[in-house]
Amino acid sequence: MSDLFRVENLSKSFGGLAVSREISLSMGAGERLALIGPNGAGKTTFVNLVTGQIKPSAGRVVLNGEDVTGLGAVRRVRKGLVRTFQVTRLFSELTPEEHVTLTLLQREGKASRIFSRFRGNSAVADEAHDILGALGLHEVARRKVGQIAYGQQRLLEIAIALALKPKVLLLDEPAAGVPSADTPRIEQALERLPPSLAVLMIEHDMDLVFRFAKRVVVLAAGEIIFEGLPSEVAADPKVREAYLGNYANARSVA
Amino acid sequence: MQTILSIAIDALAFGMVLFIICIGLSLTMGLMRVVNLAHGAFAMIAGYIASYAARDLGLGYAVAIFLAIIGTIIISIPLERFLYRRIYGSPELTQVLMTIGITFCVIGITNYFFGPTLKTIPLPQALSQPVDVGFRTIAAHRLFVIACGAVVAGGLWYLIERTSFGIKLRATVDNAAMSDALGVRTQVVYAISFAIAIGLAALGGVVGAEFLPIEPYYALRYMVTFLVVVSVGGAGSIPGAVIACLLLGFIDTTGRYLMPEFGNFFFYAAVILIVCLFPRGFLGRAQ
Amino acid sequence: MQMTAQAGTVSAAPRAKRLWWRDVVGIALIAACGAAGYWLFPDNLALLTRIVAVALLVLSIDLIVGYCGVATLGQAALFGAGAYAAGIACVNGVTEPMTLIAIGAVAGAVAGLVMGAIMLRAHGLAQLVLSIAIVQLFHEAANKASAYTGGSDGLAGLMVSPLFGIFEFDLWGKTAYLMGLALLLLVFIALKFVVASPFGMLCRGIKQDPLRIRAMGAFVFPVLLKMFVISGAVAGMGGALAAISTQVVGLDSVSFELSANALVMLVLGGLGTLYGALIGTVIFMGFEHMVSAINPFHWMTMVGALLIAVVIAAPGGLSSLFERFSASRGGKA
Repeated sequence: MSDLFRVENLSKSFGGLAVSREISLSMGAGERLALIGPNGAGKTTFVNLVTGQIKPSAGRVVLNGEDVTGLGAVRRVRKGLVRTFQVTRLFSELTPEEHVTLTLLQREGKASRIFSRFRGNSAVADEAHDILGALGLHEVARRKVGQIAYGQQRLLEIAIALALKPKVLLLDEPAAGVPSADTPRIEQALERLPPSLAVLMIEHDMDLVFRFAKRVVVLAAGEIIFEGLPSEVAADPKVREAYLGNYANARSVA
Repeated sequence: MQTILSIAIDALAFGMVLFIICIGLSLTMGLMRVVNLAHGAFAMIAGYIASYAARDLGLGYAVAIFLAIIGTIIISIPLERFLYRRIYGSPELTQVLMTIGITFCVIGITNYFFGPTLKTIPLPQALSQPVDVGFRTIAAHRLFVIACGAVVAGGLWYLIERTSFGIKLRATVDNAAMSDALGVRTQVVYAISFAIAIGLAALGGVVGAEFLPIEPYYALRYMVTFLVVVSVGGAGSIPGAVIACLLLGFIDTTGRYLMPEFGNFFFYAAVILIVCLFPRGFLGRAQ
Repeated sequence: MQMTAQAGTVSAAPRAKRLWWRDVVGIALIAACGAAGYWLFPDNLALLTRIVAVALLVLSIDLIVGYCGVATLGQAALFGAGAYAAGIACVNGVTEPMTLIAIGAVAGAVAGLVMGAIMLRAHGLAQLVLSIAIVQLFHEAANKASAYTGGSDGLAGLMVSPLFGIFEFDLWGKTAYLMGLALLLLVFIALKFVVASPFGMLCRGIKQDPLRIRAMGAFVFPVLLKMFVISGAVAGMGGALAAISTQVVGLDSVSFELSANALVMLVLGGLGTLYGALIGTVIFMGFEHMVSAINPFHWMTMVGALLIAVVIAAPGGLSSLFERFSASRGGKA
């Protein structure tokens, strides 16, 4: 019960098609977990289920001992369950500074104030400055997001998530689409995430997974087929089958 | 009893007129995702052509309908090619503005050439007489309109469900990029569907002229009604459109008979209620 | 690292200051244009007052369409709510003009609350249809409740007492115009603050990606509803001003046509900039006054052609053309 974050028997089916089957996992504070799996394994569906974008058919999501399954996406964010998006969802007309400031104001409950200036809060401005600085986004802080490099946009996704002071952070392919020259910056940002934060990362880049994660979970056809150390994952026969052989066919025959 | 029956017949006929006009709009919105506020303008153009053919040239009713449909489609081709193609896939607001612009232009030009007065389309002898159906008589025109609606619904159903064009159409609706890759010429499918939609608007405009009189403001006056029908029925759904037209035709006609002083009050109240309960329409496809 | 950080902050500071000056200059320009209208067209003050009232309506649409991305063709419902509330209050003995404006604002805000609560249940086409259905419903209701609204004859005989007890509402409409102009300036300044507030930024975010805003932990519905209320208050003041200045409230003030025309004005001027709303209103109504005097149907054709041209050639409206122009000049300088 000391787990910070727990998923119990989470299932989802669309019509008759099960896209998530009885997924259970738990994470403690400061844990670094990677969720991998072949295309179509249901990784993003899992993130959507956990963050409340879609409702599960069965199962529970527990955060800090509290069942949050019945809460909507917004309330889960406010409880500290925060995600980034696989394809960046940013406001192309706004600057990184405006993104982070808006997020901070929201966290402080001041985002829907009419009778105050957007940049009027110096504590918020300082914090935004620090967050952007820690991720190396200073130079572009006041440029429109549509005009900055994609790698920087990915960093901004992380900056927004961090501004929410999350307890659990779900990173949906943080390095997807980033030119390989810029991946070290993403990796550096991941290394510097707050130590107490529980991080679940979905990623295809195995080098990144092995360097980042202390524990790996493999998802295939909507269910967990492996859970263990990164060093063991490549040797596991089921994982090899899922990636190399045809896992789905093998199951339907069985 | 007599009143109830006349209301029912009128409601059914009016609903069918709405259906013939709106089903084209519903297909345009469902298939091409274009909010075409100018749809009624095409029905009106057809009304003017039919009126000119039947009254000024003295041609027969059937010929007038035929000329109206062909003429309206011909007018619509350059509009589709040069204006509508620019707004396929644009944001809704852009589509609304472009098609309102087209509507305004059509109204202004129509008035310039034909003046602000009502245009009638003389009915042939056979349709202007009452028909004895045993226990009472019904205006033949009403029956004709109802029959037209039934034929259009059946024909469209056959076209979409039973022909190879229908298969291509449905494939394009589901996934245009995929159909393109499979060799379906989606541009052609779009153009043909647009022409069918316009042709149906034309047919509805002519046979429905008794219910929705032909005048320059036609396109603007009934724009809202047409839009409402489509959003209540669910864009792209034939059964949805049938249900919506019959229901709204019934509400509107009953309201006019029983509480004329309230005008369209109940019509719009019903619309708000229905749209709130079914935001995608009765049978709209999920987005 | 530290060096670049400081450089970034320093270079950014003057830009914010310049923007601040630009707004002061802009507001001064609006005041100057308004005053110029007063001196140049003393015989057309009624038209100018009408332009000011409609400008308030167009500003209110900009708040919803331009800043929140919710398409509406029913904004005249809020304008009309303000006009009828002020008119009915005036006929029943509340004749102080500023009170009437306030009544209009409150009525518009309440109507905005209702309209927002209904419209925000749906999306896309259904939302657009709801907006139309609401304005038509208001229209029918106003027509039916003729005991209070005068029905299709309009609510006539509004006798407004002098402004601040001193300035009579004269035959030439001088008082009405100057009051309207002052009201417009005040509202404009207030709205400049609203769109520059955290709330305004939140709305811009919602316009671009509501899902993103939710992932930031902010609810979308209450924010949009709040904007509907603000927008309703602005539109309602416009309606009240129209009622006071013309001393009549007609059914056309709650019509689909007025809603559509006002949206056209906004698009013509440019969405999402408060200046665009004003520019669009003045140009549209100015031309309408000239052309429709010749033949109202020519006017429709022209507006239609203009709309098509704007969609094809200048999707950002006239103010975006102006901005592009000034940006290219600024780049060279």
